[in-house]
Amino acid sequence: MTNAVKSFDAAEIRKDFPILRQLVHGHPLAYLDNAASAQKPRAVIDAISRFYSSDYSNIHRGVHALSERSTRLYEQGRVQVQRFLGAADAHEIVFTRGTTEGINLVAQTWGRRNIGAGDEILITALEHHSNIVPWQMLCEERGARLRVAPVNDRGEVEKFEFTERTKLLAMAHISNVLGTILPVREVAAAAHARGITVLVDGAQAAPHMKVDVRELDCDFYVFSSHKLYGPTGVGVLYGKSALLEAMPPYQGGGDMIRTVTFEKTTYNTPPYKFEAGTPDIAGVVGLAAAIDYVNEIGIDNIGGYEHELLGYATRELEKIDGLRIIGTARRKAAVISFVLEGIHPHDAGTILDRYGVAVRTGHHCAQPLMDWFGIPATTRASFAFYNTREDVDALVRAIHKAKEMFA
Amino acid sequence: MIDELYQEIILDHSKRPRNTGRLENATAAAEGFNPLCGDRLTLELRIEDDRIEEAKFAGSGCAISTASASLMTEVLKGRTKQEAEKLFERFHELLTSDAADSSGLGKLAVFSGVREFPARVKCATLAWHTLKAALENSREKVSTE
Ligand SMILES: Cc1ncc(COP(=O)(O)O)c(C=O)c1O
Repeated sequence: MTNAVKSFDAAEIRKDFPILRQLVHGHPLAYLDNAASAQKPRAVIDAISRFYSSDYSNIHRGVHALSERSTRLYEQGRVQVQRFLGAADAHEIVFTRGTTEGINLVAQTWGRRNIGAGDEILITALEHHSNIVPWQMLCEERGARLRVAPVNDRGEVEKFEFTERTKLLAMAHISNVLGTILPVREVAAAAHARGITVLVDGAQAAPHMKVDVRELDCDFYVFSSHKLYGPTGVGVLYGKSALLEAMPPYQGGGDMIRTVTFEKTTYNTPPYKFEAGTPDIAGVVGLAAAIDYVNEIGIDNIGGYEHELLGYATRELEKIDGLRIIGTARRKAAVISFVLEGIHPHDAGTILDRYGVAVRTGHHCAQPLMDWFGIPATTRASFAFYNTREDVDALVRAIHKAKEMFA
Repeated sequence: MIDELYQEIILDHSKRPRNTGRLENATAAAEGFNPLCGDRLTLELRIEDDRIEEAKFAGSGCAISTASASLMTEVLKGRTKQEAEKLFERFHELLTSDAADSSGLGKLAVFSGVREFPARVKCATLAWHTLKAALENSREKVSTE
């Protein structure tokens, strides 16, 4: 254990999250569904409330004081995201509704322009539906082919086979089901050597590990605010300047234009070209507060503590008879999917809930991955830095209760 | 409350489901799928003179959906199509309405605990939706979504 991890006081940190202080069905809440969405610290809740109470207006439009304040806060949020991701320029940060919209945006703009008949898009077998379906739709439209890099028994992706026709590699940074951390930097370098563009789905990585888009050298990186302890409704698409500039606009409307006549419209520059209409201004303010909060604790401290917790939870769960962990990658984030002999995940989830333990059960928007492992569903416990060993112990106790019931 | 959901009969039927497997000389069949949890089942019926003589199911699912399918195949025997449809209506009411009465539902009454678990209503009704499709004599897959 490093000193940073030792000095990490999760009990203190929990106090920043008002929602965690409650009983569920008479038991202290053990919130272990962080991969689906994370809880919000007081700082985020207050920032949004303060913004609506004193600064709110529409942005980029008015000359009045509130509009100027709102615009400044919104654009400051962009700079904060830029720094958070290590991007070269704030104009490389496009605000979206979330990871899903970020991927669809790239598919419909960059994709339509750059993917042609016979071309190939490579994804991996552990992708979330949101990094599968937009590419399937694009392939269908363009007559292109979707290829899949397989996972091994541990849930690692070892072989990325590029062909002459591969134009795009779209891969998760961390699997939401298995916790596998993918070797983005190495694979991106190999892809770039062949002139292949690289998009990374960072929905599960941004909240748990240091992301530096220039070090990873990916072309696009997407994530969602709501998994990063920020509000729902907002997300981020990072794109390298040259790519964003060459891309056609996404949606038409206000803010994305420079001049409009009925004959012809000229478009604004990135990122505004991709932000038609009034965006989720308060969402960006909340995301900025979430990033401040994470920076204060330190993303490396968060990752270190969660890794420690993952080790403890893995050891404790492995002691349970009939429990099998799905996803045992050597590089893994704090996500544990498992199946229990003789207990369907859906039943396990219901029983765990009655003991205050919130987990996700089902296919986790990754049906092809479930098929590969030959299971219909898993139970998934996913951790954040406000979780403690007590939460793990509550999970283990509740699993024993479920086993008693189905014995 | 959890004990009201997983009553003895439900646990028993989930661990040892009755009437499983395929039915020779089936006259109607349907497949059901609950995309939310990956439960799927195939239901086969032998209907003679408008009466369900036999029902069997195969598939995999959670305890609630397995027990529901098992108990359904038991209670269906000897009922007319119309009676079966009526039973589904009453069963559905039992799962969703606080005012529902369980008289005449027999063993199916054990599912009244599901009412407190709205996320599980689809599990309990998967077999019945599949039955409905089979009675309409469609071989199409049904989905609870
Ligand atoms: C790996 C991964 N990609 C994409 C998404 C989709 O994110 P959102 O629903 O916020 O658009 C998720 C969230 O479940 C995810 O875990």
